[in-house]
Amino acid sequence: MTTAAPGSYGTGPEKLLSPVLSEIWDEPESWTLETYLRHDGYQGLRKALAMPPDDVIALVKEAGLRGRGGAGFPTGMKWQFIPQGDGKPHYLVVNADESEPGTCKDIPLMFANPHVLLEGMLIACHAIRSNHAFIYLRGEVVPVLRRLHEAVREAYEAGYIGRNVLGSGLDVDITVHAGAGAYICGEETALLDSLEGRRGQPRLRPPFPAVAGLYACPTVVNNVESVASVPSILHRGKEWFRSMGTEKCPGYTLYSLSGHVVNPGQYEAPMGITLRQLLELAGGIRPGHRLKFWTPGGSSTPLLTEEHLDVPLDFDSVAAAGSLLGTKALQCFDETTCVVRAVTRWTEFYAHESCGKCTPCREGTYWLVQLMRDIEAGKGTLSDLDKLADISDNIFGRSFCALGDGAAAPILSSLQYFRDEYEAHIEQRGCPFDPAASTLWADQPSTAHQEVNA
Amino acid sequence: MTTQVNLGLPELPAEDYPDEVRARLEVDAKEIIARYPGSRSALLPMLHLVQSEEGYVSRTGMRFCARMLDLTDAEVAAVATFYTMYRRRPSGDYHVGVCTNTLCAIMGGDQIFAELKEHLGVDNQGTTEDGTITLEHIECNAACDFAPVVMVNWEFFDNQTPDSVKQMVDDLRAGRTVSPTRGAPLCSFKQTARILAGFPDTRPGAVSASGSAGPASLAGLRLAKGATAPARPDAAHGLVPSQGESTAENGTQEGEGQ
Ligand SMILES: Cc1cc2nc3c(=O)[nH]c(=O)nc-3n(C[C@H](O)[C@H](O)[C@H](O)COP(=O)(O)O)c2cc1C
Ligand code: SF4
Ligand code: FES
Repeated sequence: MTTAAPGSYGTGPEKLLSPVLSEIWDEPESWTLETYLRHDGYQGLRKALAMPPDDVIALVKEAGLRGRGGAGFPTGMKWQFIPQGDGKPHYLVVNADESEPGTCKDIPLMFANPHVLLEGMLIACHAIRSNHAFIYLRGEVVPVLRRLHEAVREAYEAGYIGRNVLGSGLDVDITVHAGAGAYICGEETALLDSLEGRRGQPRLRPPFPAVAGLYACPTVVNNVESVASVPSILHRGKEWFRSMGTEKCPGYTLYSLSGHVVNPGQYEAPMGITLRQLLELAGGIRPGHRLKFWTPGGSSTPLLTEEHLDVPLDFDSVAAAGSLLGTKALQCFDETTCVVRAVTRWTEFYAHESCGKCTPCREGTYWLVQLMRDIEAGKGTLSDLDKLADISDNIFGRSFCALGDGAAAPILSSLQYFRDEYEAHIEQRGCPFDPAASTLWADQPSTAHQEVNA
Repeated sequence: MTTQVNLGLPELPAEDYPDEVRARLEVDAKEIIARYPGSRSALLPMLHLVQSEEGYVSRTGMRFCARMLDLTDAEVAAVATFYTMYRRRPSGDYHVGVCTNTLCAIMGGDQIFAELKEHLGVDNQGTTEDGTITLEHIECNAACDFAPVVMVNWEFFDNQTPDSVKQMVDDLRAGRTVSPTRGAPLCSFKQTARILAGFPDTRPGAVSASGSAGPASLAGLRLAKGATAPARPDAAHGLVPSQGESTAENGTQEGEGQ
């Protein structure tokens, strides 16, 4: 079990960081092919093309890369599921829908360095024998779309995409596809329906996308960060990758800190760093305040509290602590935050985004919103709390896709840790918190005072 | 343009685009369709395309998509109404979306949205009388480390305050050029929809505008590089050692452009 970042120096907590994906984001024109090539760009692809496809799959598998889209499924294994010699076209679809509340890593990655994603896609296409790959980008991020358009254009022009990639005999086309606003389209089978020009609703599995995905052909759906992590594995080797992170969860990853943190942002570190370590790097919770609750990986992952500050942020350890690593979206809220308000808002989100296909989620989220709004407004009763828990239990594990589980997670976990706060809303017939105290500008006039007191 | 909103009366079949418009859009539509192995995949980008023509997805636009893709009007309408980015009625030149998902809401998005409604005199999804601005609250836009976030025509306005946003909408209404913190100087909503249909933004400097990455995106990187300052001769690659098995390993650092 090692979580050190090899090759970093110094004695401060900074030595815990390991920028790989973010390594060139501070270059003046980091998104260009020229900048990327100056920093070993497309070297991983050259290596991959010199290897038989199955060896590439084996390498990614042995490196231990696990999907960064939330579930942590081993990427090499996913690629291996693609049947070979079946005579059908194979497709690679990059999931760039990034819409899980709190999640904000893929968008800055593609904005600052779209070529690392393209390189990863080309390696994956070689591995799974695909000639056509797609990037399904959520539509609401036009600056990223611009850079993807430009990167694809540059890469075609330079011969990295198109016929006979780098003289290898591999033909690959890459299509950038902008979605149109629907969280559920991040769910991989809903994404495929959406990419086929339909309403984005999840499909029954099996058959899994590896067997019948896009246009009923074998398809790999991978998250942006998963695919973008592949070039470094090819270029620097699996041992290098495994020298970071934990035994079962090797490598580096982007942790996204947001909320009441002094320096929110992207922190790329080996898997298994803790929130306490990350907060030390980020200057801590804003002065004069303390952490109240946080999400380890977006709003669909059960809330954690101060007592979980030392949980290693890898898939297995966070699961053992009763939550999920998810997308490593660490939304931090301090003691000024009303947990009932936070959870009500997330619940409204799930109700709005429920695709309506299955009853537990469609009806359940509707009722959860009514109950949460009433409680927040001081119009709830104590029996509503049991009703909340009961409805959540009926959604969790009984829904057609994981959106339903996600909707139940914030409610069940907040009831577990903050039941007294729900009760306070009911007993005091209103919210005991002042929303103004939570804002970014709340402490600004009095910052000086607090620093003196601190 | 060609379509009116029908109130109460049974709807007549949608009119077609005028010949000149249809001919022009057909060229674009064919280009979109050619990108995909299956033509129906072109539907979402084509709905963005018709939105770029009229500023919203009209019945005429849906009918055009149906004809081009050999679908029924109902099939197209079922898709168009599923996705939130397609607008169902004419609206402003600038779509101002205030993120009020939990994190932004708590960091001040709720206050921004409330003050903006009052400042503009419109409600959620309302359009100002001058037709410049349509206000809407939006869901998490994958920028939580820049909270509170406001999107205008889907460009990023990071770390906003009520005052900064009011100033920004005043500038827009006064016809001044407004630039996002991440993204390109604002174009109209229709032009934005055309980019979404997959036609690259051809304005000079649009791709490079606002630089490589926002400050929050660099928070960890700056720290890592600062912390390794003594080892700087080893430069960026020193942060994570190479395997050594690479034959293409270059001995020197930056400035090795190709
Ligand atoms: C409601 C819902 C939304 C999701 N949104 C995303 C998303 O925006 N991006 C993503 O990569 N995965 C998302 N996922 C997970 C995908 O279904 C899928 O597991 C992932 O893309 C697989 O990629 P990976 O193996 O590389 O992690 C979502 C899942 C659900 C249930
Ligand atoms: S759980 Fe919700 S989002 Fe998923 S299929 Fe059912 S209704 Fe749709
Ligand atoms: S909550 Fe506003 S960008 Fe994520």
